[in-house]
Amino acid sequence: MIPLSYYVAVSTIMFVVGLVGVLIRKNFLIILFSIELMLNAANINLVAFSRHYGAIDGQVISLFIITVAAAEAAVGLAIIIVLFRRKAVTNVDELNLMKW
Amino acid sequence: MVELLFFIYFATLTIVSSILTIGLRSPVYCSLALLSTLLHVAGLFVLLHAEFIAALQVIVYAGAVLVLYIFVIMLLDLKTAEKFLHKQVGIAIFFGVVLIFEILIGLFQSPLFSSAPETGPITEDTLGNTAQIGIALFTKYLLPFEIVGVILLGAVIGALVLAKKVPAR
Repeated sequence: MIPLSYYVAVSTIMFVVGLVGVLIRKNFLIILFSIELMLNAANINLVAFSRHYGAIDGQVISLFIITVAAAEAAVGLAIIIVLFRRKAVTNVDELNLMKW
Repeated sequence: MVELLFFIYFATLTIVSSILTIGLRSPVYCSLALLSTLLHVAGLFVLLHAEFIAALQVIVYAGAVLVLYIFVIMLLDLKTAEKFLHKQVGIAIFFGVVLIFEILIGLFQSPLFSSAPETGPITEDTLGNTAQIGIALFTKYLLPFEIVGVILLGAVIGALVLAKKVPAR
């Protein structure tokens, strides 16, 4: 039986990697990948605690997270396609249309 | 012991391929690294006796979401930029490492560290993992389940409306 804290450690590292990915990359798609990494880290946490406490609720909520991540991917990719059609860039630094 | 070995394998590969996901240059390689991450996370779910979530992870994430990403990468025909990293990369990595160590030190000092399970593992003698999730989903979590359905509908409509060709004026 692997202690709960090992899973929490893995999910912490994965979350911070996703966070750093959002901060350092310029490509719009890779930023979406990083968001997926963060959502997956949250999933690991939820399932590990669900196992730890012997309750099924964490797994149900991670199912909802997977659903919301799929919805987010669909809408985010649609936004990327529209942006690419208008300006032909995926660099987030050049997308300053709504910048104040 | 075997369980620990499998855990070490899956955890190491998860972390390494997630770092590759944000570190590689070409978006195609990044998406393949993300695929490897997702599959190894599914392995972690199997180790946690969450078989249904593991299968869902493989089918929905690796099967559907990632294929969508790869479709878009192929569709856009992205040029790999020469400078693909933001100029704040040094400070971001520094604070990321600091954040990891801070959380890990807090975690290993907390009573959570190497604590035994509260009530033992989920009993699987009467009902399987999928049956338990199904029962919870249709009794206790019925309203969130319906709301997630509406979210998916909204995502479908939103994606269609956004990606539709604008008629030339």
